[in-house]
Amino acid sequence: MPEKTLIDSIKSIDDSIAYDDETKIFSIGEVDKWFEIATEIKNLNFDYLMCITSIDLENDQLALAYNLHSTETKKSIEFNLVFPKDAQIPSIESLWKTADWHEREAYDMMGIKFVNHPDMKRILLPHDWEGHPLRKNYVVADYYHGMYIPKDKTEWE
Amino acid sequence: MAEITLRGKFNKDNFVVEKLDNLINWARAGSPWYFQFGLACCAIEMMAASAPRHDLERFGVFPRATPRQADVMIVAGTVTIKMAERVKRLYEQMSDPKYVISMGSCANSGGPYWQHGYHVLKGVDLVVPVDVYVPGCPPRPEALIQGILELQRHIKTESTFGRNKNA
Repeated sequence: MPEKTLIDSIKSIDDSIAYDDETKIFSIGEVDKWFEIATEIKNLNFDYLMCITSIDLENDQLALAYNLHSTETKKSIEFNLVFPKDAQIPSIESLWKTADWHEREAYDMMGIKFVNHPDMKRILLPHDWEGHPLRKNYVVADYYHGMYIPKDKTEWE
Repeated sequence: MAEITLRGKFNKDNFVVEKLDNLINWARAGSPWYFQFGLACCAIEMMAASAPRHDLERFGVFPRATPRQADVMIVAGTVTIKMAERVKRLYEQMSDPKYVISMGSCANSGGPYWQHGYHVLKGVDLVVPVDVYVPGCPPRPEALIQGILELQRHIKTESTFGRNKNA
């Protein structure tokens, strides 16, 4: 749980940063500023990016959750980004190398597009896979390279 | 009367008279070298089976790291659709006669990914022909050993020169 001074110092980075007292989560309205804000956060000794999680909120909205940790002060914070499906998110790969594979996974599974990423391609699924499987409206294909993917399995049992 | 059959004729002269098929099958069943690759947690049980406690080598079963030297492919684990193409390709690189043991629920039928796995092949037998299925999630090394004994029994019934290969 971040303490008051830390919350204030993070909030003073940009006016668009909001903090929820209940969930203890920071959030940003404008994703275009994310790289500059992340740079400032890294200067506050948050040297370890623990995880990037992508969330499908439906209603054409996606979200990203960044979990940051400081190995020096032992503090952890979470940043949330909420944006429309076709938004371009600035990559923070140049700040934390962890973000390289995590952003590729978010692209692979949820179809979130990152700009300024050095190697933006699928990480887990085959390169010619269609669709992004963790989207709520994802429909499983019938075949992949001639391999049948059964959906109605009543005849199989 | 004993000299009428070959067995009877050479019985006293330290000869062994047997079908050539049986000799070849005895040699082949005694050394089914398996192709060493694991896909998921079943591979841990496969490793345990070849480790000292269960000691697969007493059956002549020995891991080879290349498909060209392997006789049997043990598909140990979840076959994803991405991996299925590679499994098929590795199977095609093995030289005849070749066998496949499908180990564990995932390789048999998709296992826990049966209902909601967009990325999992529902059974490796959709891609390569399977000789022995070993059920379990994952099967214990004893189960794999029984599967290998079953495969050895299957190899011993084959006829290399006969018309029907699986007579």
